Order: sequence, then structure tokens, then C-alpha cells
Amino acid sequence: MKGLWRHPIALGMAALILVILLAATIVIVPETQQVVILRFEQPVRTVNAWKPNEQFGRTGAGPILRIPFVDRLVWLNKRVLDVDYDNQQVLSSDQLRLEVDAYARFRIIDPLKAVNATGSTSQTESAITDALRPLLGSSIRNELGNQPFATLLSPERDQVMDNIQARLQRLASQYGVQIVDVRIKHADLPDGSPLDRALARMATARQQQAITIRAQGQKDAQIIRGEADAQAARIYAESFTKDADFYDFYRAMQSYRHTFGADGGPAPSGSTNIILSPNNSYLREFEGRGR
Amino acid sequence: MTILPGNTNRPPILAAEPPKSPWGSGDDDQGGGPRNPWALPPGGRKPANKPTALDEFLKKARGGGGGNGGGGGFGGLPVSPNPRALWLIGAGIILLAWILYTSIHPIAPQERGVVTYLGRYSGTLDPGIAMTMPAPIARVVKVDVQNIRIENFPETGSENLMLTRDQNIIDLAYAVRWKIANPQDYVFQIDKPRETVRATAESVMREVVANQTLDAALGPGRAQMENQAQERMQKVLDDYKSGIVVVGVGIKQADPPARVNDAFKDVTAAQQDAQGVRNQAQSYAKQVIARAEGEASQFDKVYEQYKLAPAVTRRRMYYETMEAVLAKSDKTIVEPGNVVPYLQSQGARRLPDSVPAAPAAVTPTQPVTTTGGGQ
Repeated sequence: MKGLWRHPIALGMAALILVILLAATIVIVPETQQVVILRFEQPVRTVNAWKPNEQFGRTGAGPILRIPFVDRLVWLNKRVLDVDYDNQQVLSSDQLRLEVDAYARFRIIDPLKAVNATGSTSQTESAITDALRPLLGSSIRNELGNQPFATLLSPERDQVMDNIQARLQRLASQYGVQIVDVRIKHADLPDGSPLDRALARMATARQQQAITIRAQGQKDAQIIRGEADAQAARIYAESFTKDADFYDFYRAMQSYRHTFGADGGPAPSGSTNIILSPNNSYLREFEGRGR
Repeated sequence: MTILPGNTNRPPILAAEPPKSPWGSGDDDQGGGPRNPWALPPGGRKPANKPTALDEFLKKARGGGGGNGGGGGFGGLPVSPNPRALWLIGAGIILLAWILYTSIHPIAPQERGVVTYLGRYSGTLDPGIAMTMPAPIARVVKVDVQNIRIENFPETGSENLMLTRDQNIIDLAYAVRWKIANPQDYVFQIDKPRETVRATAESVMREVVANQTLDAALGPGRAQMENQAQERMQKVLDDYKSGIVVVGVGIKQADPPARVNDAFKDVTAAQQDAQGVRNQAQSYAKQVIARAEGEASQFDKVYEQYKLAPAVTRRRMYYETMEAVLAKSDKTIVEPGNVVPYLQSQGARRLPDSVPAAPAAVTPTQPVTTTGGGQ
């Protein structure tokens, strides 16, 4: 021992080698990762593989030992991952072109299968995502191709998404993947003429509504006027029928006053010449005749 | 723990650089004095009698074993443990600081600490000061569980068009507020939590809008839509075991797309117009009825009095009316049968008093002709 202390370079080298060996032997597996151990490129075991209803703290996470330089580790995410399917045009069964944006959430539940299916590279995770993307696309296309567009705008949308998930699950099982969920984000009319048409239709629908509202307003107004006229007529009639003869006289007097500008209103246009006969009732007393 | 040997080894390695290793003769007495390793080799520019600060430090570090011979009195003592002890102390201090820094975790009231020992989850720290093993062994991820995060849709002010059940298009802006309910699920279950929340919100909101008609989505259905969206989002996020709770969904704005907004505004205008027309009719109605009532009651009042003395009243009213009417008019009284009245279309309008011809023509006989508007 003392001899070793006298050769610090050797000591340092020894320590360094020890550290490297330790680092190569002990591997810490976090809760969020699962590992496939390949020995001479042959998968020998998995660590911290996903199991349903696991309790954190009782999973396979923690330090593990491996044979340095012989075992190779392939890391796979244990969390829920996503794969997106962006802005693809899909034809619905009623030949409507739709722009669909969807995503799938998935989890690698069989790491061994996943590694085998993707050629046991260290890029397994992204390789799986890349493999799932076209599968998701074809699942969406096939399912939506069997549905009329209106289905997407109804409570059956849920069912459509479930169907897509089932289709994708069938295709994706070979990758050791569980599809947690498939959801359609957008299912819209594409820009350009389909959207313009839809907007034009909306606009005309509103114009129709506006015209209807205006017409309804006119109708209401006329009814109101008519009712008022009727009520006025009733009021007049009620009053005047008490003595039709006197009404005739009284109204005539009012009318004269108005016509000849004697009721305090605006003067009538044009002057008035009146030629009276002395026999006129008004002039009856004029010539001094007795009654 | 592996740092320590590395650190203690370093000085020997450095010290090995001088031409003659001091360690080789370290246990010897000051025999190496004349061949001082610290003196510069011949040809060195720096004079030996001007030691730099580094030289001083190293001298001290080596326990005065330098070439000045000042430490000669301690010749019998081994000097090698001293520098090693110094490095050990330094490394120890660093290590202690590291251990203290990484094993004491102040957790703020709004935080929780998710602890993993060698990668394995061991527990969640509540607010307060907590101790764990130091860093490479234990790791603590602090998660803010009270901060309510807000996701806005759309992020910028652009249009966010969605299809409604009646295949109309609506421009919807909304915000989702969420927070972390379960720190360990949040840390371990979801790869990209924020993106997950955003994608879920978008998907759910479109689904909710697709089940509403445009008119409902524009106004009365909003509260219902918010509730539905929150409920469904929560369900989806629970399916992912995300440990996220949706606090609320708020629709900030639900408008028709800008391109058809004019048509929508016109509907509002039409409603106003219609109301305007109705109001006009109402005022007409009020007017007509009030007038009818007024006239009728006027007639009634007069008639009441008339009934008491019909003949006199009638006569009085007749005279009064005639008086008022004739007072404002030009009057000509003609005896019928005797004369054919000749009225000049022009002159008859107002016969001037100064012209005698006209009255002469009109009044060949006796009847009284009163001419004049002077009254």
C-alpha cells in the first residue's frame, strides 16, 4: 500500500479505471424510462418495463448492474408519448374534402417487441413514432372515408375517434405499443373555395334572416296601426251614435271653421269670396223681415 | 466519493514536473537543499531571489521545504502529509457544501418535491425544509402545484375557425386554466405536459362546438360549452393519468368569421330597424286613439249641454260659426232672380272702393251690395 502511495500516477490511473468500470457497470434507471439489455446484440432482459396499475416506488426503477462493454442498453420512454398527424386532406364518404389535424397518445408497453420491430437501434423511440405516423394517417383516412362529413359534427364524433383508435391499435400492436387515445383536433373545410362557399352560404342565410326580420317589423307596424284605427273608429262611433243629427250639425260647424280658417289654425291658402243669397238662414234677419 | 482521490492526487502529479522530483527525496533531510527544485534551471530569466506569490504559497504548502533553508530545523519531520491534508481539507469543504446544498431542500408553500432515490420514486416532499441524501443518490424535482397556468387559444390574435353542428363556421377564442394535482403523475406519466394540455383542449373544444348550433355557440350556449369542455378535458387527461386538473375553461370571444361579419351585423341592424318601425306604429296608434278619445269626449260634453236646450244651442252655435267664418271672407249678397251676377274673374277678387264702374255693373237695381274686406 505504501508503495502505491509512492506512485501517485499509478494510483490515479487505478482510481480512474475503477470509476470507469463502476460507471459502466452501475446504471440508474429512472421512473420515466424502461430499458432493454442487449448482450452481444441479443436481447436478454428488460428493466422497469411498463405494467398496468403500477405504484411509483415499486416499479423496476433504480440502480441495475450490467456487464461492461458487453451489455448494450436501449432506452425507451415509459411515459405517454404522442404522434401528430397534421393538416392532411381526407375525403369523407359524401365526397367532401376535409382538412384533418389529429394526434394519438401512446405508450410503449412491450419494450422487447418495440426494440425487435425497429431493429434494436438506440433511436427506438423516434423510430416508433415515425412508424406510427403513417399508420395513424391511414386509420384516419379509412375511418373518415366511411363516414359522412356530418357525423363529425354530431355526438357520433366520439365514436369515430374510438373507431380510429381501434384500427390504429390493430396496426400498432406489432410495435409493442398501446394506443391510449386518438383525437381529432381539427376537421375543417380546406381554405380556398370550400371555405369561401361555406362563408357565402352563411352570409346569405343571414341576409335572409335580416330581410325576414325587417318584413316582420313592417307587418307588426301595420297591424298596430290598423288596430289603432279600429279602436279610434269604435270610440268615435260610440260617442257619435248618441245623436247622429246633432253630430252632423256639430261636425259641420267644426268643418266650416276649419275650412274658412276660423279655428285658429293656419290660414287656408287662397282668399275666399262668399256670395250669399238674402234667403240664407244666416241673413234671415238681415232685411228686417219678421219671423 | 470518487472526487476525493482525484483531488489529492493532483499535487503530486504537478509537482512531478520539476526536473527532480521532490517526492523522491521528500523523506530525506535537506540534502536536496543545494539542488533546489524551485530554483530555476540555469538560463532562467527570473532571479531566484524574487519569489512570486505562487512560490510563496507553494513554499508554505510544502511546509517550508523550499530551498531557502529556513525550514532546515525541521529536517527530521516528514513533510509530505501537509500538502495532502490541505488538499483534503479543500476537497472536504467542497464536498460538504455540495452535500449540504443538495440534501437540504426548502419547499415553498405552493410547491411539492418529488424525490427519487437512484431513479426510483420514494416520496413527495411537503412544504417546509426537508432533508434527503445528496445529489447523485437522491434527486428532487420541485413542482408548483398551486400556480394556475393559462393556455390561450389561439396563442396569437389570429382567427380560430371551428365548425358548428349546422356546418357553420365560428371564430372562437378561449383560455384553459390548469394546475398540477398529482406531482408524481405529472412528472412521471406525461412526456410533454403543456403540449398535452393544449392538444387536448383543442380537440375537446372542437368536439364541443361541433355539437352546438351556431346561434347557440354565439350566445346562450356559452356557459354550457365551457362546462362541457372542462368536463371532457378532465376525463381525457385522467385517462392519460396526467396528474393535471383543469380549473376552468373560459370562452373569451365567440364571433362569426370576419368575412361574414357584415351579414351578421346586418341582422342586428334589421332587428333595430324592425323595432324602429314598430315604435313608429305605436306612436301613431297612441296619437290616433288619443285624438279619437279627445274628440269623442269633446262631443260628449257639448252634447250633454245641447240636450238641455237643443234649439237655442244649435242656433247659437250656428251663428257663432258663421260669424267667425264670414268675418274672414269677402262677402257678396245677391238678390236671386232679378239679376245675373257678373263677376269679373279678376276684379271680383277685391273690388276697390274708388272704382265706381264695377259696382254699377253689378248693382243695377236696389239690392244692397256690400263690398269690402275692411271689416
